[in-house]
Amino acid sequence: MKRGLEGPSPEERPTPRGRRNKQGIRIDPEVEATYEPRRTVISALVEHEPGVLSDVSGLFSRRQFNIESLTVGPTEDEDLARITIVVEEPDPGIDQVEKQLRKLVPVISVRELEPDAMRRELALIKVNADRPAEVAAVADMYDGETVDSSPETATIEVTGARQKIEAAIDTFSQFGIREISRTGTTALARGTDQTAAPEAAQPADGANQETYTQTANDD
Amino acid sequence: MSERAAKVTPEEEQDDDQITDSAAPDAATESESTTDADAETTTEPVTSGAEAVVRALENAGVEYAFGVQGGAIMPVYDALYDSDIYHVTMAHEQGAAHAADAYGIVSGEPGVCLATSGPGATNLVTGIADADMDSDPMVALTGQVPTEFVGNDAFQETDTTGVTTPITKDNTFSSDSDRVGSDVSEAFALAREGRPGPTLVDLPKDVTKGETDREPDAPKVPDTYRVQERADPEIVDAAAERIETSNKPVMLLGGGVIKGEASEACREFAIEHEIPVITTMPGIGAFPEDHELSLEMAGMHGTGYANMAITHCDTLIGIGTRFDDRLTGGIETFAPDAEVIHVDIDPAEISKNIHADYPLVGDAETVVEQLADAVDASPEAKKWRAQCQQWKSDYSMAYEAPEDEPVQPEFVVEALDEATSDRAIVTTGVGQHQMWACQYWTYTEPRTWVSSHGLGAMGYGLPSAIGARLAADDDQEVVCIDGDGSFLMTLQGLSVAVRENLDITVAVLNNEYIGMVRQWQDAFFEGRHSASDYHWMPEFDKLAEAFGAAGFRIDDYDDVAETIEEAIAYDGPSVIDVHIDPDANVYPMVPSGGDNGQFALTEDQL
Ligand SMILES: Cc1ncc(C[n+]2csc(CCOP(=O)(O)OP(=O)(O)O)c2C)c(N)n1
Repeated sequence: MKRGLEGPSPEERPTPRGRRNKQGIRIDPEVEATYEPRRTVISALVEHEPGVLSDVSGLFSRRQFNIESLTVGPTEDEDLARITIVVEEPDPGIDQVEKQLRKLVPVISVRELEPDAMRRELALIKVNADRPAEVAAVADMYDGETVDSSPETATIEVTGARQKIEAAIDTFSQFGIREISRTGTTALARGTDQTAAPEAAQPADGANQETYTQTANDD
Repeated sequence: MSERAAKVTPEEEQDDDQITDSAAPDAATESESTTDADAETTTEPVTSGAEAVVRALENAGVEYAFGVQGGAIMPVYDALYDSDIYHVTMAHEQGAAHAADAYGIVSGEPGVCLATSGPGATNLVTGIADADMDSDPMVALTGQVPTEFVGNDAFQETDTTGVTTPITKDNTFSSDSDRVGSDVSEAFALAREGRPGPTLVDLPKDVTKGETDREPDAPKVPDTYRVQERADPEIVDAAAERIETSNKPVMLLGGGVIKGEASEACREFAIEHEIPVITTMPGIGAFPEDHELSLEMAGMHGTGYANMAITHCDTLIGIGTRFDDRLTGGIETFAPDAEVIHVDIDPAEISKNIHADYPLVGDAETVVEQLADAVDASPEAKKWRAQCQQWKSDYSMAYEAPEDEPVQPEFVVEALDEATSDRAIVTTGVGQHQMWACQYWTYTEPRTWVSSHGLGAMGYGLPSAIGARLAADDDQEVVCIDGDGSFLMTLQGLSVAVRENLDITVAVLNNEYIGMVRQWQDAFFEGRHSASDYHWMPEFDKLAEAFGAAGFRIDDYDDVAETIEEAIAYDGPSVIDVHIDPDANVYPMVPSGGDNGQFALTEDQL
């Protein structure tokens, strides 16, 4: 039994030429283009009230944003907290992350940081201390500080960009790593450039001409 | 003919003016509360958190609240006892949330629902999620166990703010009797400001019982919530130029057009520049479907002509739409040749699903007016309009209804439309009947179509008819077109409709199937009717009578017109059990993720 409506069947209908990619962007049928994911740091200034962190982390999980790390801590203003998030997403995704974050009522401002922003992470690395002198030498190499030692173990604190931490862990692994704890990245924009300000999210002119001590163009 | 709930006491009659005033959009609530204070010498200062909550509702101009009593919310109900706010006791909290949601759709002002902690709050969840998906303004107030028990798995404790975070625009755990009134005021302001949505305030019992003399602040959104009203003029100019030079333009009106009161501006714009108009499902009513330029609804069960036009246009002016997948079908084939102008008040909707070539963030009405000012010349689209008219006749929505066959559902929807006025309000459940209600009813006015779009919640129909009835004008009929499966989910609401003597007509399109599922099983699961055959349906007319409502039954064509007339004329709730062709299916259909231009007109084409 044939039921339904009358009209030309699908094969008899004209079809347009163009199409869109997965991100809804119109593409030339010949040259198909999609955005590749990139890693970036997003900084959000939020009201320091109960529940914001779960609002933010919940937003990331339910929207399937690819989150790499999330850190939170108080700021110079005790009513405000700063959340630093490292994400890896194609560009339209990064844009969505920022827009969705901005929609949360306790979120004051959101900004993607410039690649030259200062990014730091802290790691505690607990290794076997069979060869204490060598451990100390490696710690030195990464400006690490031994914060605890026992006859069997040494725990070294290392701070720096993600790559540095990773390199340190790599090098320490020769002694046998017992445990690692890492904080995830926290970050601030350089110079007078404000990381996240209530009104102007625009970087100030000539912001990056200050001198600074440490460079970490990597993250 | 329609008569609202028998609820007007002499006292309330005096307040009528004030109620109408405060229900107007953007009413300056501050000045109202002063008028309140002047006019009503009886206004006592608040003494408890619960009274502050109720005062906040009054200040916001609330007329009705929908809910169910319970331990943790009792202090609020006690304070309501002395208020002029009319509380509609529902038979289930899901119904309270849907009723509040529908009230919000029809009136434009947030609907209010109340529930106790734990099970009361969780029963609201479906309705809150529905309001969230459809951006309906709504305020939910939930009781909570006393603060000292919170976190201890106390009796009837649920982490309500935790549960509802993903489905509310904002929610608050109120922790201070001095603040609780202002928390509710703020929830109101947030629910309706910008992109509307549901807000929730969780009210621990000690906070509402607690003493306070703090009157709630006027409804105001927090400083961190900023809405952009006007779009960037440069992009407006660029979009205007694009419109002027396009040859195949269409306007796509979404629910945001109705929420943003932009229907009038959109109509003027479309008619002046002779641009064909398509709506999304929530956008139904934004443009008169009997107008020549209307192509009605696009998407999965949209009209063939709307789907042809959206697929072949060169410029798509999307206003207040979030490009839901039921509309777009597969992203790759959605309006593949079109440059997209996207107007939305929520920046996060821009380029979320479909890339916007011209992003216009702002209030729908304001931005359409900006566009109207910027467009100097109409697009040259005579050929395109002729093409659209051709598609209208090629893919007309005509159906066959032979006299001797079982009643076709399309015929019933058309008969209901004919028997009611232009401004009649339609509410629905979810399923095939909902799609027929979209396709075969001719909508001409905004806020006359009330349905569960984004969430697709069966059981929405009857409770939303209750909320719609209370928000509607007396001369607007309210018709619920329901499915047998959907009706079964919330039909206990009939007791409420009977108690309040609400003049609503429920037409249950009874196919003894959960038909939409059966349709998919026929198309994609080799006709294996797993758990979709509902041959054990009750006789809904008799069930209605058991509740105290009027019951009717339709078995063949001869009964249709007469029975519908009787049911509509009945002053109170009536239910028509319409036995339709159990095998009737909804066409056209775009299989999910498919190409809109490749819609199927028959099962063979799927
Ligand atoms: C609460 C809920 N449960 C399940 C579904 C899945 N569902 C979608 S349509 C449908 C069938 C609806 O049947 P009925 O209300 O009888 O309407 P019909 O399709 O027969 O018109 C079902 C089960 C849903 N949308 N909502």
